[in-house]
Amino acid sequence: MAKLGDIAKVLRSKNSGPFEITLDCLFDNRESYERLKRSNAITRETIARLYQIRVDQVHQLVFYDQALGFKVTIAREVSSGSAGDRDVYGAQQHAPLMNLDVAMKEEGP
Amino acid sequence: MSQDVNILSPCGMLGYGFPEESFRRGMEQQVHAVVVDAGSTDGGPHKLGAGVSIVSRRACKKDLEIILGACLPGKVPVIIGSAGGSGARPHVEWTLDIIEEILREKQMSAKIAVIWADFTQEAVLDALGQGKIVPMSPNIPQLTEQTIRETASIVGQMGHEPVLKALEAGSEIIVCGRAYDPSPFAAVGIFHGKDPGLSYHLGKILECGALCAEPATTKDCILGTIGDDYFTVRALNDRRACTPISVAAHTFYEKDHPYLLHGPGFLLDLENCRFTEQGPGIVRVSGSRYIPQDKTFIKLEGARLTAYRTFVIAGIRDPILLGKLEDVENAVIAQTKQYYPEIDEQDYRIRFYNYGMNAVLGEREFEPFRGHEVGVLFEVVAKTQELASSICATARSTFLHYGYEGRKSTAGNLAFPFAPSDIEFGPVYEFSIYHLMECRADGFPIEIRQGGVQDGEAG
Repeated sequence: MAKLGDIAKVLRSKNSGPFEITLDCLFDNRESYERLKRSNAITRETIARLYQIRVDQVHQLVFYDQALGFKVTIAREVSSGSAGDRDVYGAQQHAPLMNLDVAMKEEGP
Repeated sequence: MSQDVNILSPCGMLGYGFPEESFRRGMEQQVHAVVVDAGSTDGGPHKLGAGVSIVSRRACKKDLEIILGACLPGKVPVIIGSAGGSGARPHVEWTLDIIEEILREKQMSAKIAVIWADFTQEAVLDALGQGKIVPMSPNIPQLTEQTIRETASIVGQMGHEPVLKALEAGSEIIVCGRAYDPSPFAAVGIFHGKDPGLSYHLGKILECGALCAEPATTKDCILGTIGDDYFTVRALNDRRACTPISVAAHTFYEKDHPYLLHGPGFLLDLENCRFTEQGPGIVRVSGSRYIPQDKTFIKLEGARLTAYRTFVIAGIRDPILLGKLEDVENAVIAQTKQYYPEIDEQDYRIRFYNYGMNAVLGEREFEPFRGHEVGVLFEVVAKTQELASSICATARSTFLHYGYEGRKSTAGNLAFPFAPSDIEFGPVYEFSIYHLMECRADGFPIEIRQGGVQDGEAG
């Protein structure tokens, strides 16, 4: 098992507009990216658990092969900069995803 | 085959600054326009609500002096997107005032196009009545008449169409109110007959400055070149380079989907784009698809004043208090409320943010607290500034002297870094409108004026 934060080259969060936060995870080699994609570690259910939200609050989860990365977009509980918001730019909400354990070793045939 | 079109983006935000050397290297090419984005909603609703900018006037002027000084003598158009940060009237006027000052200092004159992006409450109410407004995402409430009436400042994101008109009119400086970030860039490619898909995709990359290069930054220049069925991007500083991965990865940035972008009147599909290396540090991109939509929806942004805030920052080092911090904070809230039975509890709210413990993630924090010191920020938001400050002062003194179970440090619970400890923040806003409105693409008024030193004026 490895932490997603240890194997990704970029793992970041940022507002996608004031009502959503988008999480980007990018790799620097195709092998790690493909293994992660095949591991099925990244699902809407996993994201909902890490961020303590409902599955329907995960608005997008898309892999993009050209960029060796995936993107997850989730609903904000409090819109950016409103009273009660903790992170106006949404720039420090990636830590739960970083902490995700993923199985990167694959069983031989 | 038409001539290649070069677009220079100095930086990701007007006023962030850029190395002059990079800019000069870019200007050595035959540049068709210098385009710079000045806007963002990332900093929250306050700028739109209060009519203030995100960068300082000094920084904005410093960048514009370099850009205008280099572009105006050679008739290279300068386009500013989402002027002043939020692109509403006060932000556009703030930008125009800076431009006017520079032109007069340099004894120059320029034809300036101003494209306004403000929408009146009446126009939005009218569209609402006709069923032409939908929320941007499922977690945004449906717009109501009351919300619109409470929202003093409303802008819409223009597409490339009004910018194109301003270019056709021969404008030397184009100051756009709120714009879809890539649109002022895309307008240049489209003006010169280039493919709108390539023009928009390049715009999406250029609007962030050198963020698509490695090492990435918004504070450096990037040059985009549009050919007939491809475009290229390259950094203008030897310290950074674009790679196929860095450019492909940039399409992820700050949007909800990695390869589908909804713009005013179109969908941009980047799923089957090809990113290849054309030369050292130069990336060639092809396959960006512009798919026109039946209806044009523009994004409306509006900010409403919701409350006033007063806050306190204090440090806590006592290990006994740290062991029961959240219980003590809840007790402080309860005691403060008890002290003001005459005030409706709905009129104010007290919140604690325990930095070092869980202030950033709140209930999502998964690490147990292991520290020896916590920075506490507590705020009161209330209907009036006077109420926020009064409640905050009571909460502060209650917290400072609160006698929790097992307390040994009976002289005080908080280390204030400053005197006075209570800071009046002023009004707090929220994005009360973040909706799509069906609208004509040319619904943004263009005003053309001559700026700087006028004919016959003494130098």
